[in-house]
Amino acid sequence: MLQAKNITKWFGEGEAKTYALHDVSFEVNFGEMLYIVGPSGSGKTTLLSIISGILRPNEGSVTVLDKDLWQMSDSDLADFRLYTLGFVFQDFHLFKKLTCKENVAIPLILQKKPMDEALAAALKELKMVGLERRTELNPNRLSIGEQQRVAIARAIVTEPTLLILDEPTASLDGETGKRIISFIKENLLNEKRAIIIVTHDNRIYPYASRMIRMEDGRITEKAGNLDED
Amino acid sequence: MTGLLQIALKLLANDRGKFFTLIVGITFAVVLMLLMTSLFAGIMQRTAANIYNIGAKVWVMDPSVNTQTDNIPMPDYILDVVRSIEGVSYAVPMYSGSGLLKLNDGRYQAANVIGIDDATLFGRPNMLQGEIADIYNNDAYIAIHDSEFSKLNNPVLGSTFEVNDYRGVVVGIGEALMSGLFGTPTLYTTFNRAISDLPQMRFTITYILVEPKNVADVAHIKQTVSEAGYLALTQKEFIKKNTHYYMYQTGLGTNVLIMTVISFIVGLSIAGQTFYAFVLENIEEFGALKAIGAKKQELIEMILFQSSVVGFIGYGLGMLIAMVLIALAKYRLANYAALVTFQSLAFCFLMVLAIVAFSSYLGIRRVTRIDPFDIFRG
Repeated sequence: MLQAKNITKWFGEGEAKTYALHDVSFEVNFGEMLYIVGPSGSGKTTLLSIISGILRPNEGSVTVLDKDLWQMSDSDLADFRLYTLGFVFQDFHLFKKLTCKENVAIPLILQKKPMDEALAAALKELKMVGLERRTELNPNRLSIGEQQRVAIARAIVTEPTLLILDEPTASLDGETGKRIISFIKENLLNEKRAIIIVTHDNRIYPYASRMIRMEDGRITEKAGNLDED
Repeated sequence: MTGLLQIALKLLANDRGKFFTLIVGITFAVVLMLLMTSLFAGIMQRTAANIYNIGAKVWVMDPSVNTQTDNIPMPDYILDVVRSIEGVSYAVPMYSGSGLLKLNDGRYQAANVIGIDDATLFGRPNMLQGEIADIYNNDAYIAIHDSEFSKLNNPVLGSTFEVNDYRGVVVGIGEALMSGLFGTPTLYTTFNRAISDLPQMRFTITYILVEPKNVADVAHIKQTVSEAGYLALTQKEFIKKNTHYYMYQTGLGTNVLIMTVISFIVGLSIAGQTFYAFVLENIEEFGALKAIGAKKQELIEMILFQSSVVGFIGYGLGMLIAMVLIALAKYRLANYAALVTFQSLAFCFLMVLAIVAFSSYLGIRRVTRIDPFDIFRG
């Protein structure tokens, strides 16, 4: 579903040139939940940005559903993110002045769906993540775990084929983190979707289908298939 | 309205503190700007009150005249010159001067005395009481019932006063299109009585009022009068010359301009800063939208829409408040000079657009520069 080949990314030039990624290659298939793990500064976020069509690599290519991502125009990249990807950001980035329902409806609104239709779909997703009684509240009135679920509902409301979660358990206690990941694996992972999770929370490693470990911008270890282990 | 604009509106309106501050800022600026420009328009109109009230189509005057209050007398032969110009239907002399009245209670009061042509009474006022023909009676004057009327001790028909030791009798009460600016009441009498009752210089005609046969003759009349060393202006041109003088040759225009600019800057500062703070507060969420797939154009539309909404609400409220204030002031103060013109409204609207554009620019610049990569980095 996604192939990243020989990705290299550096920042700055001359003496200030710093490599964030060195010749990174990996792939993700439908039905897989891939973990990208590693310490802070290992290049996980840079890699995530490149495969999401947000940050252009200096070398290498990313192919998603047989389309070379970095041959697309900026407008096509925006459409790719809107129609193919679902994001759950580490800090969620929910609009505090909108209700949960409106927050979840935003990707559909960006897809130019009618407001009523978008809100109805948002309601359905919020029910799915167990927040049917919180739909009219603003996110800042919810617990962190509930905000996480709103962010997940927003990410899946467009039914994306690739779901990307950045440190989804970073703000959660161990039990809540496991519950969230378990929920994701059981309810969101299917044969028409792949999930990539960036994390350094080893408590949730057992839920991964496969895992790649990064250090200093390089893949140091590929582990899997964990589902079959 | 598209869903995205509905979301933009909710984002704005749900942030009640900033929404309120933005509207108050723009409303305040509009109220001040509209009051200033309306006051200016009102004052400018009042300074030309006699030009409006007399209503002559063409005015002949000394070239040194800057405003309608400049009483520079012209020799009598100029009247003959004007009357002899081809295209002049008729031309009559007019006297305009200031008289010091001694009222019945012994108080002195300055008054603007207009002397109209004895034969035609051209430029006469509309009569509220009395008959215009009574102006030919001995010592007859017509008092104008404007905002300064009470300064004549609210005269009635038959009231008397002294002017330059001559007796004056109020034989009629007239009305004027508008009151003058300078706080003096107005009396009308005949040209000959005016020049006999009031102290005079060698020449006596202040203006010659001309009725051209048709509009096409005006250019020729102006040319011929100019060749005689005098100036002929249409009513519109005279009003413009009068306004131009007060606007540029006195501090009035500059002061009003300064106040208007200050009002604009106040509005600009409040709205610009608050809107920028609003955008900054939501900057990460705008960045997240960009990461999710919102296009630059869509974010710009959201911000433009938000700033336009507060701009239009502020403009509407400001206009309403300014008009209510002006109406109240006019209700309480008969001589309050303020005139809301389409030009004032258009000017304020343009200023609001400038505030909206500036605020939007600040927000758009910030939002379009945010890199979604920063959202991932946290």
